[in-house]
Amino acid sequence: MILIAVAAVVFFGARLVSNDYVFFAGYTVLQFVVLATAWNILGGYTGYVNFGSAAFFALGAYATVFLHKSYPLPIPLLIVIGGIVSGIVGLGMGYLTLRLRGAFFAIATLALAVVLQTLVVNWDYVGGSRGAYIIRPNEIEFIGPYIQYLFLVMLALAVLALTIARGIERSQLGYGFATIRDDELAAEASGVPTLRLKLIATTLSGALMGMAGAPFPYYIGYLQPSSAFGLEYAVNSIAMPMIGGTTSWVGPLIGAILLGSLQQIATVTISSVVNLLIVGLLLVAFVIIAPNGIVGLVQGWTRGRAK
Amino acid sequence: MSASWQERGFGGKEVDLSFDLLINALIAGILLGGFYAAVTIGVSISFGILDIVNIAHPAFIILGSYIAYIVNARLGIDPIAISIIMLPVFYLLGAGIYQIYYESFERRGQEALRGLSFFFGLLFVTEVMLILVFGVDYRYVEAAYIGPSWRIGVVDLPLRMLVPCIAALVLFAALELYLSYTFIGRAIAAVAQDQLALRLMGASPIRIKRIAFGISIATAAVAGALLIIIQPVEPSVGREYIGRVFAICVLGGLGSLPGTVIGAMLLGIIESFTATFYGPSWAPAVAFGVLLLTLAFRPAGLLGR
Repeated sequence: MILIAVAAVVFFGARLVSNDYVFFAGYTVLQFVVLATAWNILGGYTGYVNFGSAAFFALGAYATVFLHKSYPLPIPLLIVIGGIVSGIVGLGMGYLTLRLRGAFFAIATLALAVVLQTLVVNWDYVGGSRGAYIIRPNEIEFIGPYIQYLFLVMLALAVLALTIARGIERSQLGYGFATIRDDELAAEASGVPTLRLKLIATTLSGALMGMAGAPFPYYIGYLQPSSAFGLEYAVNSIAMPMIGGTTSWVGPLIGAILLGSLQQIATVTISSVVNLLIVGLLLVAFVIIAPNGIVGLVQGWTRGRAK
Repeated sequence: MSASWQERGFGGKEVDLSFDLLINALIAGILLGGFYAAVTIGVSISFGILDIVNIAHPAFIILGSYIAYIVNARLGIDPIAISIIMLPVFYLLGAGIYQIYYESFERRGQEALRGLSFFFGLLFVTEVMLILVFGVDYRYVEAAYIGPSWRIGVVDLPLRMLVPCIAALVLFAALELYLSYTFIGRAIAAVAQDQLALRLMGASPIRIKRIAFGISIATAAVAGALLIIIQPVEPSVGREYIGRVFAICVLGGLGSLPGTVIGAMLLGIIESFTATFYGPSWAPAVAFGVLLLTLAFRPAGLLGR
């Protein structure tokens, strides 16, 4: 409820500025909020690392391109479809690799991005290596400029993702996930259905990433394999929760807003390569120095003061 | 991108007979597989023996390629010779990284999530730094054996592939001898099995692991030089090797060096056939298929324990 209220304030606040750039930049930041939260449902809660965020994101985006070519649908429906496609792929990947050691899942997701990119490059119907154009309408009824509509859609998705993450944390599911993260063998021994829980997490996480990707072709207008599978999605969706803090839903949100805005500024003022370097260095520094992220630092600080 | 060597592997000639095509694809696959063995052997040590999931290994290989490129372009030294000179540097780099890894993650029992993210960060930072310094242009080296090829009957043996394959097999033989016959080599094999027994023998497991990880990164110097002999290199080429390297590792059986070579040869042959009969752009997907099939049907690999 509070989240929805905050979201409404954000939207109308952005409208007051009435500058399209705010919506363009805001869309990207919100997209990262969704990706980071989705990554954290698997990575932060169960402790399984997904390096293939870009692959799930691109699956959603290419599902949209495919449908756009055959039968155009409204964006909310496309999001649902993108989510289903990515969720199924997440489930399949999890089923094949999660029965083994955790590292295999991580490696498989890393390779998944390369393979899906190969498939897309070889698949002419969705544009192949040349890419595909998506012509988006300029205006939309009731809301106004199309970019505002996209912004609103992504805002709703971000609220949805955060609500799901928060819900998981407070439910039995969340405790189940935490037992897997802390000691999977002990969890299994005391009757936690670990495989089923892990599969739920991969499916949910994959689906949310796909949903974040589904409106992307409309946002960018021209979708190339290299932009849909961009390494920045993979690295950001890991770096943001790691920097924000992985144990609660607030962490990825903080990380995404901080890093996302920083990158929006850095891309404009310096260069996009330098800004990726900053993200990479921050990731390495945080995992070494502050393993629990900003949330962990703040908690440690307040606890230290209380003593 | 990675297609260039496969196309040139046949010398650009039209081969009519399907038997010729078959035998040449097989030979090309074996040569390619030998090179893959050099790329994988470091991961076979770090992931297979030490249980350190070093996904940044391909980034160090590309780093090795770029060092070979710089020295070769400036001084004209043979790339393989450069890589041998660079071995101690890469060894120290590896030992240093292991020290950080041990202090920050292994000792605290956090290798699963944060350790993996650490290596992912290293992979990413190395790639982006190379892009910043060298741009995304393809770089290549000069050496006498890069152009010509031997021809035995219908079989084409491009020296550009043959030399790396032989160098890789020499590297493999040296490592296998080292691991089987020296005290430290045997201790490295023991670290995977029983750390307590190793401690009782008077060897520190941490020191042994540091040495082993140093060796594993040192092999990246050689693999990088071989890579830039085989194909022109740009910073993101390494990503294509992540899937390959781990597919070979798992296919061969974790921790088994002979298994690694067999797995590498198999993958090389499968990729070569795929490239010949379906087109080179499909080759990157092959490794992933092999990885998933192995994980699904025989997770222990061919020569796995």
